[in-house]
Amino acid sequence: MVAKLSIRNLSFRYNGTVALRQVTLDIPANEITVIFGPSHAGKSTLLRCLNRLNDLIENEVTELSGQVLLDGQDLYAPEVDVTALRRRVGMVFALPIPLPLTIRQNVTYGPRMRGERRQARLDELLERSLRQAALWDEVKDRLDEPAMQLSGGQQQRLCLARTLALEPDVILLDNPTSGLDPLSTAKVENSLRQLKAHYTIVLVPHSVQQAARMADLAVFLLNGELVEAGPGELIFTRPRQRRTEDYITGRFG
Amino acid sequence: MNRLNVRWREFIIETLIRLSGFSAILFVVLVFLFLLKEGAPTFWQISPGNLFGQRWYPNEGLFGTWPLILGSLLVTAGAVVIALPLGLATAVFIRELAPDWLREILKPLIEVLAGIPSVVLGFLGMVAAAPLVRQVLNVPTGLTAFTGALMLAYMSLPTIISVAEDAIDAVPTSYRDGALALGATHWQTIWRVVLPAARSGVIIAVMLGIGRAIGETMAVMMVTGNAARVPHEWNALFLPVRTMTATIAAEMGEVAQGSTHYHVLFAVGILLFVVTFLINAAASAVIIRSGERRGGRLMG
Amino acid sequence: MSRQVSQKIAFAILTILSIIVVIPIVLVVAYIIIQGVGMLNWEFLTTFPRNGMKEGGILPAVIGTVLLTFGTAIVSIPLAIGAAVYLAEYARDTWLTRAIRLSIINLAGIPSVVYGLFGLGLFVLFLGLGTSLVAGSLTLGLMTLPVVISTAEEALLSVPQRFRVVSRSLGATRWQTVRQIVLPNALPGILTGVILGLERAAGETAPILFTVAAFYLPQLPRSPLDQTMALPYHLYVISTQVPGMPLDVQYGTALVLLILVLSMNLVATMIRSRFRRKRQW
Repeated sequence: MVAKLSIRNLSFRYNGTVALRQVTLDIPANEITVIFGPSHAGKSTLLRCLNRLNDLIENEVTELSGQVLLDGQDLYAPEVDVTALRRRVGMVFALPIPLPLTIRQNVTYGPRMRGERRQARLDELLERSLRQAALWDEVKDRLDEPAMQLSGGQQQRLCLARTLALEPDVILLDNPTSGLDPLSTAKVENSLRQLKAHYTIVLVPHSVQQAARMADLAVFLLNGELVEAGPGELIFTRPRQRRTEDYITGRFG
Repeated sequence: MNRLNVRWREFIIETLIRLSGFSAILFVVLVFLFLLKEGAPTFWQISPGNLFGQRWYPNEGLFGTWPLILGSLLVTAGAVVIALPLGLATAVFIRELAPDWLREILKPLIEVLAGIPSVVLGFLGMVAAAPLVRQVLNVPTGLTAFTGALMLAYMSLPTIISVAEDAIDAVPTSYRDGALALGATHWQTIWRVVLPAARSGVIIAVMLGIGRAIGETMAVMMVTGNAARVPHEWNALFLPVRTMTATIAAEMGEVAQGSTHYHVLFAVGILLFVVTFLINAAASAVIIRSGERRGGRLMG
Repeated sequence: MSRQVSQKIAFAILTILSIIVVIPIVLVVAYIIIQGVGMLNWEFLTTFPRNGMKEGGILPAVIGTVLLTFGTAIVSIPLAIGAAVYLAEYARDTWLTRAIRLSIINLAGIPSVVYGLFGLGLFVLFLGLGTSLVAGSLTLGLMTLPVVISTAEEALLSVPQRFRVVSRSLGATRWQTVRQIVLPNALPGILTGVILGLERAAGETAPILFTVAAFYLPQLPRSPLDQTMALPYHLYVISTQVPGMPLDVQYGTALVLLILVLSMNLVATMIRSRFRRKRQW
């Protein structure tokens, strides 16, 4: 297994509370890693440490220790270009957040900010990303309409396409199907399964069932602590830790 | 290479933005310094006895600023006394009583009031309100402190109403709901729950109204009669008076640059600057204490 | 007295007081319109005054006010938007930022006549610009600065935070985010604030008393260093310093100034409500 992302003793404090405690984890390339656990376990915080989105928190005291390595490189080294990092490690959020622009402008936003000017290339990225997100057929005739007019499920697939247009190495998805109907959820899950061949995927699932469906590697996070990590088929059938079993079987939630 | 150019351009733009931000501090300091520069000579050219005396006759070398200070205070106090109940009542009316369609008429009207230039109000005050005051109150002239206070009150109303409205809005609906659930009438809720909770906002409204009134120039200049006398009669409100602002505006055009008179006018300007500075600083302190902070939430 | 009765009385008082506030506004505007509309003809608006202002038109005053408004815009808009962007997008909660905010509040509170004094001291005398359009514009521009900064900052802050987060997560820099997402969507609000600020500048007299205004000039200003006539100053002089000035000329001038100022108000309001309806979030 090739570790795409290596997390070593990562701890994160936010406004006095400890959000992550000494998390150590290897995220394999070209697999779907699922990070599950009850709410406020630190899953979103962990994800945001991977693309340094936590850097954007202002007016609160934050403290981070430990290391995050992408292909062996420390993400938090002082010489790291954070904007370039965020293009390699993309994120899809829980609620679909289309920018107040057209569909085309949304999807090509990342490449354009990077400096891509060639219209042909942008069109190519546009179509490819929308196809990969299983949205192309539904929007190909209205690319220049406002993205806000799409339905919730379509918007979320748009956000996925937007991230894909940057051709990232890693895609982080924080509860991407939470607001979606079952059909849209299935479409997103299917896309992810096909995408893992080319990308490394880290997913915070909506439910334990989704975790079980999607995980190649499953990671159980509780109170900021990594309790257990293992292959998907094993963790959900024969968890080694008591706490993991209690959570999976619904003794607490 | 292209990326480097972009980075440079961004750096320059962001530097300009930062400088624009800092410029505000620069300007306040600059204003104060220049007032000081031109006004400071007053303090060694005139004795304090003269400067704080009771007679303002620049032509005879008498620069007693007391009449001007008292004139400003009188007119301002009168304005606040008139404007506060009116403004508060209107704010409550708009926020609590008026149906939506009425609100849509009232708010633009108040904005119109805010937009009327002070010289226009002063003009109207002079040609229409003053004669009315003279007739109704049976005084020798309609150009009085009272007329000035009246005009000022109306000019301060938009500020007072707007701040009071915000304060009333900020009262959580749970307070109202709680009171109503306990069987209070609408009025009782307003009087005993909403208004006390909005107290700090009302205080801010008063302070900002005072600040506005003290600083007003043209309207008061045109309707207060410009008699620089210390108001010491019981009916001083209905006699002519002169404010600090009007004095500066009226006399600055006629003074020789560098003369004592010139310096004294700047000194009066310093006084106005300091007074409004203190009022605004106090108002901000109240605002900050009833706290609005921008949180550090990521998705907030 | 029952609670219902005291409520009725209280509400009646509130209504009466509100009427006392609002009716005079209508009366004032109506009265000026009625008294002044007779003067509004082509000659009045497009010719120079004659015969000691008692006849002819007020064209140079109108032009002067327009020029001063432009000058104010040039001075204040870039600086104000820059400062607003700084406060909304870049500034952290430090003592420096608080000092800036305090400075803006204080600039907003400085009496207009004190701005006039400052303009006289710095621009007219110290910098040697003389009473001129430049000096007047700089003075008015400084006076307008705090108002525009406040409304612009509010407009910027009203753009939802989540758009900024998304933009940054897609690899955009802070400035790119401001330029591509925040500014365009805050523009209507900023525009409204700018117009309201300029409206105030157009109607002010005290700041231009010693910095630019002249009572009678035989021709329009030809360079920024020239003096100019201006509507508010014109109204002030003809109503207080010119004996025998026909009353309807005074009302006419007041009406023109009122129309100018209130139409700016109207434009700003229309922009604001149109934007509210078309907003995508």
